[in-house]
Amino acid sequence: MYKYIIKRVLLAIPTLFGAALLVFFLLRAIPGDVCEIRLAGTGLYADPAEIELCRDKLGLNDPMIVQFWDFVSGYFTWDLGDSMWTGKPITFEIGLRFKLSLQIAIMATLVAIAIAIPLGIISAVKQDTWMDYAVRAFSIAGIAIPSFWLGIIIILGLLIVTQHWFGAPWMPPIDYVSPFEDPLRNMSQLIWPAVATGYRYSAVATRMTRSALLEVLREDYVRTARSKGLMERVIINRHALKNALLPVVTIIAIEFAFLIGGLVVTEQVFNLNGLGKLFVESVGAQDFNLTQQLVMLVVLIFVITNLVVDILYAWLDPRIRYS
Amino acid sequence: MPRLLEVENLKTQFETGAGIVKAVDGISYYVDEGETVAIVGESGCGKSVGAMSILRLIPDPPGKIVDGRIIFEGRNVLELPDSEIRKIRGGQISMVFQEPMTSLNPVLTIGLQLTETMMLHLGLSQDEADKRAVELLGMVGIGEPERRLKQYPHQFSGGMRQRVMIALALSCKPKLIIADEPTTALDVTIQAQILELMRNLTKDMGVALIIITHNLGVVARYAERVIVMYAGKIVEMGTAKQVYHDPHHPYTIGLLNSVPRMDLHRGRRLVPIEGQPPDLTRLDEGCSYRPRCRWAIDKCAASFPPLEAIDGSQIAACFRKDELEKDLKSAS
Ligand SMILES: Nc1ncnc2c1ncn2[C@@H]1O[C@H](COP(=O)(O)OP(=O)(O)OP(=O)(O)O)[C@@H](O)[C@H]1O
Ligand SMILES: [Mg+2]
Repeated sequence: MYKYIIKRVLLAIPTLFGAALLVFFLLRAIPGDVCEIRLAGTGLYADPAEIELCRDKLGLNDPMIVQFWDFVSGYFTWDLGDSMWTGKPITFEIGLRFKLSLQIAIMATLVAIAIAIPLGIISAVKQDTWMDYAVRAFSIAGIAIPSFWLGIIIILGLLIVTQHWFGAPWMPPIDYVSPFEDPLRNMSQLIWPAVATGYRYSAVATRMTRSALLEVLREDYVRTARSKGLMERVIINRHALKNALLPVVTIIAIEFAFLIGGLVVTEQVFNLNGLGKLFVESVGAQDFNLTQQLVMLVVLIFVITNLVVDILYAWLDPRIRYS
Repeated sequence: MPRLLEVENLKTQFETGAGIVKAVDGISYYVDEGETVAIVGESGCGKSVGAMSILRLIPDPPGKIVDGRIIFEGRNVLELPDSEIRKIRGGQISMVFQEPMTSLNPVLTIGLQLTETMMLHLGLSQDEADKRAVELLGMVGIGEPERRLKQYPHQFSGGMRQRVMIALALSCKPKLIIADEPTTALDVTIQAQILELMRNLTKDMGVALIIITHNLGVVARYAERVIVMYAGKIVEMGTAKQVYHDPHHPYTIGLLNSVPRMDLHRGRRLVPIEGQPPDLTRLDEGCSYRPRCRWAIDKCAASFPPLEAIDGSQIAACFRKDELEKDLKSAS
């Protein structure tokens, strides 16, 4: 098992290198750069000499290979460079938002798990009863409702309800406080976007739990468990669920990795300063350095999640553990 | 020997898109304590459905037991509340299934799968159950039982898994074991070992055995009585000797002619039964075997022949059961 993990970690290196190569050249294949946008972005006349000077300063006139080397060698010296737009270190720009994005991703995933697994079980066990239909309607709604719309509804709901009950409208705070400093304030800010996105992401996982469990419940070993006189609860929890969770784990993990950098619209709605917004801004400003590092961060998170999924698989399934 | 199980007019049906499948259509038989009874018949004739109905293991929907009584030790299983039927399952009646490769849970250890049943039905503690699990594995011929208990099903071969299933079936000292084609999925040498093991253990422990099989050789060697099923009905029943040497239903004769036999002369030709078993959704009121029967007459289309005694304990459902013998003799 340890050998396997080490092998997987080593295999991640070419993946990361490939991603670096791809994002580096793709960004430079797009016409324009940060200097043009800054100096001529509003359509005003810009002195070409000034633009050249800016490019010289940012290293954009260096040969491609030198620029690429600057980008990649940064990982060995722990220097990720500076943002081309704000001039601040990239570690600062990302660090500012990473905590918030990570926390929302974790919370939304927990919300999704807390909704998906119990509902998926109920809907499979009570297949084709009104409970099953209710769960399926609830999860279809989750896919159909955009989370920004749900976000707006949540905020409006909060305003109306607080106005009605407490006499004054209340909005979630908009500045991020670490959960270790002021957990209550932190939660009162982040629980809403976590619910809005978690609900949406629970939909796929609910349906996956349902169908995986239905399939497992038809397996011969479940029939064996029944023929032994076990209670239905034990059959589901001990015999069926562990088998059914394998595909669900994959779905949830992929969603988690996506949530870290992908919550652009939800961040807008809830006025959050997260990585999604930073992503859009850095691409808009053609901030090569920042965009590269953000892409690499997302790739790294995907790689790590995949590794975690593999470990979970081995934990759930002895056939993998022993091979 | 006292009666252990009595099945009366059992009917189990499935509702499917194509119509109602009459998988088991009014079968009646009994099993005495400690006795071995074989159920034979072609694929799809309702052997498994009939056996699973005894423990109410038919998936509902689409299946339903629509009529009949199943009396086990004086109580009608079909009327018991769920909590009581759970005590019978695994505790009084246990099952060994056809597919050893998939009948054990791949993600749980053999030890857990063995001990959970004993803790449930015998009220043993984990330690006591572990000890008994070691004994049981030894009994079914699995070496190094302590180590094997910590392993998972994929670390066992098919034959070994079937031994585990047998240990599991015996673990709570049941009165009856239903073995649904326990050896079909195994290779021939292992088959004999497993059957031998089942016979010896059930005889030693005085456990009754219903063994479902395609293999008439198994019947002759291991069973005291035989039930022959065709298209959801019992067409012949009697002692193994009677059915094997003196069959009175054309279908039984067909079955016997289609398998090699040690007791008959060597040059005998094997004759498969022509045609296909009928579609169980569209059976008419006549004998369901008549399209394939060389003895069929007009009367066979009018009604299903009743099961009638030949002599003593042998019964067969054929209007011409008494003419078959003469006919066969004159033909050969
Ligand atoms: N879940 C189900 N839904 C619909 N029909 C079913 C279902 N289970 C069994 N049947 C039908 O019931 C009939 C009897 O099936 P059964 O499994 O008892 O046959 P069998 O005699 O055990 O055959 P085999 O020797 O192949 O095991 C078959 O025609 C089958 O199609
Ligand atoms: Mg069967």
